[in-house]
Amino acid sequence: MRFDKYEWTAISIMLFLFIIVGFVQGWSVSLVILNMCMISAIMTMGVNISWGYAGVINFGVMGFLAMGGLAAVLVSYPPIKEAWHVGGSGLGISFILLIGLVTAVYFISKLVEKKSNKYWLNGLVIFFGILIIRYFFLNATSRIEEVDPALAGFLGGANLPIIFSWVVGGFFAAGVAFVIGKVALGLRSDYLAIVTLGISEIVVSVLKHEEWLSRGVKNVIGLKRPVPYEINLQSSDWFINMVTWFNSSKLNQILDSDQKQQMLNNLIIDSSGLFVKLNYAILFFIVMIVIYYFANKAQISPWGRMMRAIRDNEVSANAMGKDIVKQHLIIFVIGAAIVGVAGAMLVTLDGLFTPSAYRPLRFTFIIWIMVIVGGSGNNLGAIFGGFVIWFAWIEVAPLTTFLINVSTSGLDPQNVIRLHLLNSVPYFRYLLMGMVLLLILRYRPKGIIPEKVRHS
Amino acid sequence: MIDFINSIVVLLNFVIIPGLSYGSQLALGALGVTFVYAILRFANFAHGELMSFGAMITILFTWFFQSQNIGLGILPTALLALPFGILATIVLGLLSDKFVFKYYRTQKSVPVVLAMVSIGVMFVVNAIIRIIVGTETIKFSDGQKFIMKAKQFKVMTGLNEGLALKSSQVITILITIALLTFTFWFLQKTKTGKSMRAFSDNEDLALLSGINPDRVVFITWLIVGTLACVAGTLYGLDKSYKPIIYLNLVLPIFASAIVGGIGSPFGAVVGGYVIAFSEIMVTYAYKKFFKYLLPENLEPSSLVQLLSTDYKFAVSFTILVIVLLIRPSGIFRGKVL
Repeated sequence: MRFDKYEWTAISIMLFLFIIVGFVQGWSVSLVILNMCMISAIMTMGVNISWGYAGVINFGVMGFLAMGGLAAVLVSYPPIKEAWHVGGSGLGISFILLIGLVTAVYFISKLVEKKSNKYWLNGLVIFFGILIIRYFFLNATSRIEEVDPALAGFLGGANLPIIFSWVVGGFFAAGVAFVIGKVALGLRSDYLAIVTLGISEIVVSVLKHEEWLSRGVKNVIGLKRPVPYEINLQSSDWFINMVTWFNSSKLNQILDSDQKQQMLNNLIIDSSGLFVKLNYAILFFIVMIVIYYFANKAQISPWGRMMRAIRDNEVSANAMGKDIVKQHLIIFVIGAAIVGVAGAMLVTLDGLFTPSAYRPLRFTFIIWIMVIVGGSGNNLGAIFGGFVIWFAWIEVAPLTTFLINVSTSGLDPQNVIRLHLLNSVPYFRYLLMGMVLLLILRYRPKGIIPEKVRHS
Repeated sequence: MIDFINSIVVLLNFVIIPGLSYGSQLALGALGVTFVYAILRFANFAHGELMSFGAMITILFTWFFQSQNIGLGILPTALLALPFGILATIVLGLLSDKFVFKYYRTQKSVPVVLAMVSIGVMFVVNAIIRIIVGTETIKFSDGQKFIMKAKQFKVMTGLNEGLALKSSQVITILITIALLTFTFWFLQKTKTGKSMRAFSDNEDLALLSGINPDRVVFITWLIVGTLACVAGTLYGLDKSYKPIIYLNLVLPIFASAIVGGIGSPFGAVVGGYVIAFSEIMVTYAYKKFFKYLLPENLEPSSLVQLLSTDYKFAVSFTILVIVLLIRPSGIFRGKVL
């Protein structure tokens, strides 16, 4: 992938910003921001694929992220045997009954000819079917939730390395997206926005309240890590040797051995944290680059060209024999799957799963701002948008504190207005985000790095 | 017979009256969304924040009046502050139109772009609200809290079950009736209202017949601001004001507008009540209700609750999805005011 001058400038400015933060606020802060930037970039690529390539709006980002997070829990958490023991059979029965119900409804729709009869019969079967399933299901779940509620109270997971969940999360999100797409695609775009937003709320509320599955609002903490723990690093020889080697010039200046040891210990503690974050950064970077590579490949392939044709003129693409409904569904599912991968990565980075933390403002609208600001239809633009907006989201707080202090420096330090403003520093980021979105939409509607128009 | 009356009272107390007041709030909100959709032609995601803003200004004025010891006796002071809130909300709406939406309207942008723009406005207004009042819950209802307490009702009628009537609920319902009557009268009978309907039906034709589009847009924001502020304040009076709750309220409001048929004012009102009642009825535990109706040996042992209250919001979207699948234009064929 070749970048032009403009894109190189954007990339180098971003790099430069991280280096400044590294020197001013410390490399640890810089890496924390970088990690989240990369996850955001993956989310934006997911949204960009459905919106930028094909013009399919996806406001369900939050729901797909939550599905990815659920995957992280279900893959990595050790199974809770007792919960399976008391509730497993009940769940199994209700699952089999559910399949039976679905097949019954399917056959009724097939076999009964008269339309009104069909509706009545189906309604009756569904009503009583759900009544029976509920009985088994609620029995099982309440038993599961009673198993050691303070520590467990849910089924647990498969006890596999958490890194697998990044793939599984993609599949989970894709599954949900398939259902949503089947139901809702084909609606007009602004309706689709509202419907996807609503369904993502439903997904999150299910995760919040089905405690047997996700532990709900009690949260799952202490998930496994794909990278070593700081504590283990601090006691391993190779790491100590590496730190000594890296800082040998600094250490050699100190002659007193006690002081030297003290200094080395501090360095080891600092660099173990840095090392862990760096490992995450490397992992995320690999995933980001892989997705970026394939996204670009897809964009310039004939399939990508077809997607652009559908986006730009649905009617003529249809006349050319392209199955628009099917292609919309495919691209919606792919986009959602990438968002799901990002969701699993997010939970992996945090090491905990908190369903109540999924809010549309933070996890849907900000992602959309990233896509619009970065440049929809251009993967590099999407990545850049993710980086810039997340960077601004974090760094705007210290900046506003500084600005408020400067602008109110004439006032008494105990002045009511000044204190009030300083208290509401965290809210200025929303103001900035709104302003940025409005300005970009007005003056640069194609985003900072616009889509390249290819003539071939 | 007594049992039957008791069961009706239970239903009134826990389902019908809360449903009516919540439904009124949704209906007013959905009416505002529908107006923006029918005349300015976009889905306004900022509507919830508009409601929140109106409620916030009303609260600020309520505090001012309370500090000056001006009140309405048994009625909440907020009613006195409401006109100021309405004024501020209208000004906000007009400003957002002048500086933001107008440009895209003249450019004839597609609806999705306008929806994105409204998200930008949502963020800005949201930030302004948070910067001014923070995110804490604010209770600003004063005056007499209950018109009738459950105990009074029991003594009065000698029934087992009480019927509590909160003044905020009664105020909500009365104001809604007044506002809705006025709006519909305005749309059907006045010349301006007719020109608005014409504008929403066919813009080009309306322009040809000499309707001033700027005036129509201006009047639209007057109505939308009023409806949003009243809806927001009433919701705050009823449930206590919380700035971030209005973002969650946007979705049921959209659901109401779409279920009723977006663009149709009557549909919006009906949709509001449909959503409110289904949310409450699906999540209400009917145990007490059936206890009175059924003979003793048939009494239900469980709560007789279809879904737990946690899924309140999910209910409205499920209805939304079902309606969109079966009848995409809503109950009352939408698109025209």
